[in-house]
Amino acid sequence: MKKIIPMGLLWLGLLLAVPSLMAAEISVKDGDSIQSAVNKANTGDVILVYPGTYKESVYVDKDGITIRGVVQDGEWPVMEGEGVRNDAILYSGNDFTVEWLTITHYKGNAIMGQAGNNFVIRYNKVIDTGVYGIFPQFGKNGLIEYNVLSGIEDAAIYVGMCDNVDVRHNEVFDNVAGIEIENTRHALVENNYAHDNTAGLLVFITPGLPIKTTYDVILRNNFVVNNNTANFGAAGSIVSKVPPGIGIVVMAADDVIVEGNIVSGNKTAGIVITDLAFITDISSDPDSEPNPDRMVFLDNLMFDNGADPVADVKALMLTQFSRRGPDILANLGSAQEPDNCIINRERYTRFGVKKWSECERKDTSDILTMRIPGGAPNEVVTTENRTKLLYQGICAGCHAYNLRMIGPPTLTVQALYRNDAQGIADYIAAPHKVRTDYPAMPPQGHLSPELRREVAEYMLGVTK
Amino acid sequence: MRRRILPLLVLLLGIASMPTDADTEWNLSEVCPAGFHLKDGACYLQSFYSDYVSLQSSGVGGLKTGLPLLREGFSAQQIDLGRLLFFDPILSLDGDMACSSCHQPARGFADGLAGSIGRHGEVMHRSAPTLWNVGFLRQLFWDARASSLEEQMQGPLFSQEEMANTPTQLLASLQQNDNYRHLFRLAFGESEIDLQQVYTALTAFESSLVSLSSRYDLYANGFHEVLTQPEIEGMNVFRSFVARCAECHTPPAFTNQQIAVIGTPEPDGVPLDAGVQAITGDASQRGGFRVPTLRNIELTAPYMHSGRFKTLRETVAFYTGGRGHAVPKGEHLSLHWHIWEPNLTDHELDLLVAFLKTLTDQSFTPVLPTKVPSGLQPVATQILTH
Repeated sequence: MKKIIPMGLLWLGLLLAVPSLMAAEISVKDGDSIQSAVNKANTGDVILVYPGTYKESVYVDKDGITIRGVVQDGEWPVMEGEGVRNDAILYSGNDFTVEWLTITHYKGNAIMGQAGNNFVIRYNKVIDTGVYGIFPQFGKNGLIEYNVLSGIEDAAIYVGMCDNVDVRHNEVFDNVAGIEIENTRHALVENNYAHDNTAGLLVFITPGLPIKTTYDVILRNNFVVNNNTANFGAAGSIVSKVPPGIGIVVMAADDVIVEGNIVSGNKTAGIVITDLAFITDISSDPDSEPNPDRMVFLDNLMFDNGADPVADVKALMLTQFSRRGPDILANLGSAQEPDNCIINRERYTRFGVKKWSECERKDTSDILTMRIPGGAPNEVVTTENRTKLLYQGICAGCHAYNLRMIGPPTLTVQALYRNDAQGIADYIAAPHKVRTDYPAMPPQGHLSPELRREVAEYMLGVTK
Repeated sequence: MRRRILPLLVLLLGIASMPTDADTEWNLSEVCPAGFHLKDGACYLQSFYSDYVSLQSSGVGGLKTGLPLLREGFSAQQIDLGRLLFFDPILSLDGDMACSSCHQPARGFADGLAGSIGRHGEVMHRSAPTLWNVGFLRQLFWDARASSLEEQMQGPLFSQEEMANTPTQLLASLQQNDNYRHLFRLAFGESEIDLQQVYTALTAFESSLVSLSSRYDLYANGFHEVLTQPEIEGMNVFRSFVARCAECHTPPAFTNQQIAVIGTPEPDGVPLDAGVQAITGDASQRGGFRVPTLRNIELTAPYMHSGRFKTLRETVAFYTGGRGHAVPKGEHLSLHWHIWEPNLTDHELDLLVAFLKTLTDQSFTPVLPTKVPSGLQPVATQILTH
């Protein structure tokens, strides 16, 4: 079992030279700035945030940073957005961990990732915060656990365009959507308590996004109870179009296994399986496959769902001669086809599953996690290797070691300057044409003198 | 006036066309353009982003994310031939317009106009997009109606309102030109010039217009000190889930290459441009356009499909004007969900503009030809200051 230390970080540790990995602890006390600590931190460092109120937005564009709240005698560190700050935590770095924070009153998201693999988001309390509570996007291999989130006007936990994510042991309530898995593959949503949201758990393909698929999702052993809150989503948002009173919605996603959940007291329906037509007035996307395929419904405990459904479902009940709304509603089209399967269907009030087949799989005990053993491999940028990256990113575009490119070979430059790194640093700030048979070099004056010197020294040391 | 005459202060940097051939003064570079490495006879990009991957190879993500698939692997000679064709007005029926008429190096490979100028001086309905990083795009034109550069270029080449050429006439004029016959042989071997070769050469050149060395790129790759505090704050507004710019203008290409209906206003008196709906007939795509890149956006005013906004400041302010505020009365558009009410402050709008300017990078501007094989005057090759 991997715990405590993200595996990606261990992996990183094997690859890199030692100094930056002597993980330092940086303490942040009430009145200090978390961002200043992040700015000082190096890969592997842990930022300890002590109880207090922190009125800031924090961004982390480095790899291997941990922000860890220190909870003392029930006192938590609180990030306070006061209704004016955008996001509380914004990260792009790999191997990022954030834990033990209370986050409240931000306009945007509480914790938001844009790329950043091997993320760990846990033990946070997110209260009445803007759009999404926890929103990793474009991340591979992540863990979201033991968070409590409420009062979010969209999804409390929103895994968007990610791969290999476990979402477990979270409590989400009084939100529009509890937990949403969207345009994401390989997700395990387990042991969560989703109650009193407009809808509890959502597994969606949303059209119009650059990554088009959702598949291989397990919803297992969750409590999905009494999700009947009136929809208070922002006008135009996708979730504002979700009718209240639904435990679980699967829209257009494929290969979704639903097992061991307690789904009760959701007044429209326990579980809805639907195609993209569920969301109206949205620009169509021919690259989004609209049909839900290959649902696998294993044993679940479902009762007391559909007691007071929205009008559409009421109308459907009439056609089904049913006095109750459904535990399971397979809504038209491919949702009703036999590529979906269910076991012990007779236990549930069900619409549209007549053609579903019997499942061959009876349980998912063989699947413990959707995360990748050892973590996702990353290209890590540290203070040590960034000069090399600068050389490769800028200089090597025109200079090869011993080959003419658009610029002269590095060997030629080395011969010309020998040990005069400063000479190169000065020249590249405002290049003048030296050789008639080469075009003028674009100036690099936007690089600081130190950076120019750094990369010049690097260039003189290049050996292949 | 058929076209706007630009000052032709030409660069004296014709290195790639050094005379070496006995029969002709024309030759093609054997060296890949800036940013490209020669491997097995073809040119491949080397950039900050070369060692990064992206989720599902999508080319979208965060700061250190792999690029979308690039059209690359062309030979140095093909790229160089494309460079000469690009600036050569022999491509137009009247011999006075080139690709560079509307995609001018000095204007970020756009033309600085709301609507580009057509063959007889008429103003077109849409704004010429930048060609920087165009090789990363899977769909072209504002309404995404072309799925390759080869397909795209046949629009302006053969449109009666633009270059007005015909395939037959274009081919004939190149085949009758000794210099081009020689150069096409260098680039494509001993065959008669054909149209596919023309398209390939222009695609090769356009795909070499890569801008990935901006100050933003330095920040993204760990050089945090190159951005000022307001620029970093602007970046944080940009990627915040309040402004949500990065949700569609997603790094590293600063476009997610999707269609978005955002409801920008047309110029006064101009009816709503149906955008993608006019191509697909799908009412939900009414007013939909391809999300443009923001790379070098500082250089390509005015903004939006019809150039309605003159400045970046006006443009970013559109997004905080309220969902659908500029949609004409009686129109229904299926507006994108990220168009909402972010209530950005004036200060935040200023910060956004500051950040957008960090995306400027023209360091790999190609060598601009002083003359072209047709003997006609090359178009829009005036000096650039880097």
